[in-house]
Amino acid sequence: MISKTLIREFETLLGAENVKTQEADCMAYAYDAAVLPPVMPSIVLRPSDSDALGKTIRLCNDNRLPVTVRGAGTNLSGGTIPSLGGVVLLTTGMNRILEINEADLYAVVQPGVVTAKFAAAVQAKGLFYPPDPGSQAVSTIAGNVAENAGGLRGLKYGVTKDYVMGMDFFDANGDLIKNGSKTVKCVTGFNLAGLMTASEGCFGVFNRIILKLVPPPAAQKAMMAVYDSEAGASQTVSDIISNKIVPCTLEILDNFTIRAVEDFAHAGLPTDAASLLLIEVDGHPAQVAEEAEKVETICRKNGCTRFQAAQSAEERNKVWEARRAALSALARLRPTTVLEDATVPRSQIPHMVRAINEVARKYSLTIGTFGHAGDGNLHPTILTDKRDKAEWLRVEKAIDDIFDAALSLGGTLSGEHGIGIAKSKYLAGEIGASSIEYCRKIKKAVDPNNILNPGKVLLS
Amino acid sequence: MKDIQQLTTMLKTLEDQMTVCMHCGLCQSVCPLYTQTLNEADVARGKICLLGGLSSRMLDDVQGVKDRLDHCLMCGSCAANCPSGVNALEIFLKARVILTAYQGLSPARKMILRGALAHPRLFDRILELGAKSQSLFSQPASELLGTSCSEVMSPFIGKRHFTPLADVPFHKRCGSMDTPVGASGLKAAFYYGCLTDKIYPNIGDAVLKALRHHGVGVWMPIEQACCGIPALSSGDISSFKKLVRANLKAFGSRGFDALVTPCATCTSTIREFWPMFAAEFSDDEAADIRTLAAKTIDISAFLVNSGLISDNAKLSAGAATMTYHDPCHLKKSLKISVQPRRLLQSSPSCRFVEMNAADSCCGSGGSFNLLHYETSAAIGMRKRDNIVASGAATVTTSCPACMMQMTDMLSRRKDAVTVRHVIEVYAADLV
Ligand SMILES: Cc1cc2nc3c(=O)[nH]c(=O)nc-3n(C[C@H](O)[C@H](O)[C@H](O)COP(=O)(O)OP(=O)(O)OC[C@H]3O[C@@H](n4cnc5c(N)ncnc54)[C@H](O)[C@@H]3O)c2cc1C
Ligand code: SF4
Ligand code: SF4
Repeated sequence: MISKTLIREFETLLGAENVKTQEADCMAYAYDAAVLPPVMPSIVLRPSDSDALGKTIRLCNDNRLPVTVRGAGTNLSGGTIPSLGGVVLLTTGMNRILEINEADLYAVVQPGVVTAKFAAAVQAKGLFYPPDPGSQAVSTIAGNVAENAGGLRGLKYGVTKDYVMGMDFFDANGDLIKNGSKTVKCVTGFNLAGLMTASEGCFGVFNRIILKLVPPPAAQKAMMAVYDSEAGASQTVSDIISNKIVPCTLEILDNFTIRAVEDFAHAGLPTDAASLLLIEVDGHPAQVAEEAEKVETICRKNGCTRFQAAQSAEERNKVWEARRAALSALARLRPTTVLEDATVPRSQIPHMVRAINEVARKYSLTIGTFGHAGDGNLHPTILTDKRDKAEWLRVEKAIDDIFDAALSLGGTLSGEHGIGIAKSKYLAGEIGASSIEYCRKIKKAVDPNNILNPGKVLLS
Repeated sequence: MKDIQQLTTMLKTLEDQMTVCMHCGLCQSVCPLYTQTLNEADVARGKICLLGGLSSRMLDDVQGVKDRLDHCLMCGSCAANCPSGVNALEIFLKARVILTAYQGLSPARKMILRGALAHPRLFDRILELGAKSQSLFSQPASELLGTSCSEVMSPFIGKRHFTPLADVPFHKRCGSMDTPVGASGLKAAFYYGCLTDKIYPNIGDAVLKALRHHGVGVWMPIEQACCGIPALSSGDISSFKKLVRANLKAFGSRGFDALVTPCATCTSTIREFWPMFAAEFSDDEAADIRTLAAKTIDISAFLVNSGLISDNAKLSAGAATMTYHDPCHLKKSLKISVQPRRLLQSSPSCRFVEMNAADSCCGSGGSFNLLHYETSAAIGMRKRDNIVASGAATVTTSCPACMMQMTDMLSRRKDAVTVRHVIEVYAADLV
């Protein structure tokens, strides 16, 4: 229980409207996008400036209150499910873009800036911020950094970590720690910003983030290739890369997903196709034309039954419509949607696809698979109903098997959704006990009272 | 109903619909309320989780959940953009009925809804009294917009620039009407709705003129009643049923091709919400509800869909620049957005310009505006800014409630922009 005096202290610091203690307000921060049971916090705090943010953290530390910092709450791993009776600290109120520097190609933002709004502001200045997670319309930059979010453009442009140049963050004491710089090069001190990336709220609370910007590509070309065998599609992916072409986007949809999308969006997709590849190359117009031609040749050589290149912005939109509709189309089929993101080296994609299909058969589950083929990052999407206890048990086993398969193919538990609560029990299997111990030591050193998102990633 | 066990059992009936929500949070990007407050309890995901929490007894604060559920514009932006196809409005309305059955109606709401709205005649008379006395209390604030605000009444109406009540309600001036089918071969029943009747009778005149012009026979019984949305959104199912029955009685037995309305909210209420609650009625009534719902259509959509506006009507380049605001209940609920624009574009006096974010909510939200005026106005001001930025001299729309809200916002900023219904513009140009 949080004392009345402390609540009053928070109210003085943040304004009463930014301190919520009623059950019905707290309940609205008991969950995130992971399929996990909600946990009730006892207070929700929303500072609107740096000073208040630092003081809030210090007060929590002084009172040994567990703090879960939260952006839009869209992470898929339970990273923002609070400790029972703990604090939810919202950084959504700090949502200003502080600077977009066109000469030096960087931007400085507060943690709660919404990704898509930021990308649009950058675009309005004629520049480009590539990381585009599927949740970008709502996700916050801090949430992206704390999860090292990816997106559709990862293959060529990398993921969030490739754009973090530096940041200020508050440590568990509420002291401001500065790291990184607005310069292209910076080796002043340890790369703490690197440590903070994918830290899932466990090491510090971001206050200001410096992000790298790039010039936008002058041209792009979207293409769609249809295959009647999974092998043909997979081979195409490897051949494109081995021909030294790096598309900005290279996505795959399996047969189940194709059928779901067609039922839902009537995009004119061939429902008997085994796989669909969606490819976009971008860059200088001449290079785009040349690469598009090569991609077409490779697709045809690998037996694609239909090839289509978008001739206009409208057609390009149409090509991507199928991909954008994938999650919606699948999510509508059953009440519960479990979106996984186990990732393998891209050459292992065919094996991973086969393994997932095998898991679906073994546990009699419906799994639609789509995702970032070029990154080896598939999204096997399990369609189920969590109220059906027997089926849910099979889902849990299936998830175990999917992770086993990814690890045995030299892959990793999570390509972009993070560990949080959902995957912490699998962590040792991938990185080993000593690695976990090393991380625990860091955690203990920087957060001796274990107030920052306790129980996430490393277990307690 | 006072037993919390019974409440959770009732809420479980919504479970099938609530589990469809995958808690992705994407509704945050389109919820006009969340955009304003950044409170998760304001957005669909938050509201659905609160109901889930109540139903699993993670929390027991029924009034707390009800207050947050009621804090909603019912604009349907969340549902229209939900990747999972969650029918948020259905969940909200049904939950409001359940929670109201448990908590009871507040005395003030009870008085208005049970006392006045559910008795159409009484409601008319109360408002007539208001029309006679309002000039005593209010003075013109902006001649252009025809609103009036009042120092005297401000404790009650806040800072609103009210659109005054019509001197004589539309139905009283026209009386019931039954005109023969003309050149179009079509007969339309005309459902004018409360706001056209009591505040904007000109809209009613415009609808009649347009239908007459296109040779559509009109049947307009003045026994028609409110569509029931104020009652339903307050969770007052019994008043809602009374009103639906009054309308079934007024329209039920006649043959007509369409039930035409100039009000986006009435259209979507009759088309979508009446059938949603059909199980509350007898089988015969439910069948009548479904038939009537299927025939209910917005006036612009009726004219365009029936082929009455010729395809080669010249795209007008008139003298008056006009823009169009998409009412949520037309665009998001019924996917109607092209037809009203067609009407404008075929009105010779109009030069049509799009405004930015034409389909973002105006913030009215029916009784939301009465209960949470400041939030409603903050959302409305964003709309106002977009209207003004479009440079249009007139903003048009298809819903009298949106008209009131936009009039209030524009009048407060003393903008020289008039507010008109699409059908007023269209009918004025007909000869
Ligand atoms: C429909 C959908 C599609 C998605 N698509 C993608 C995708 O394509 N790629 C991808 O990578 N992910 C995707 N995600 C996952 C999720 O959106 C991302 O992880 C996103 O980065 C989370 O941002 P958020 O603002 O919602 O953060 P939250 O969920 O609120 O928080 C995520 C983590 O960040 C921490 N955090 C938040 N703010 C701060 C701060 N100020 N300081 C320190 N730590 C902080 C939290 O403690 C938590 O551990 C998707 C999710 C959904 C629901
Ligand atoms: S209502 Fe729809 S958009 Fe909102 S969280 Fe639920 S599934 Fe996502
Ligand atoms: S109906 Fe409108 S205001 Fe209510 S939750 Fe949905 S989007 Fe928000």
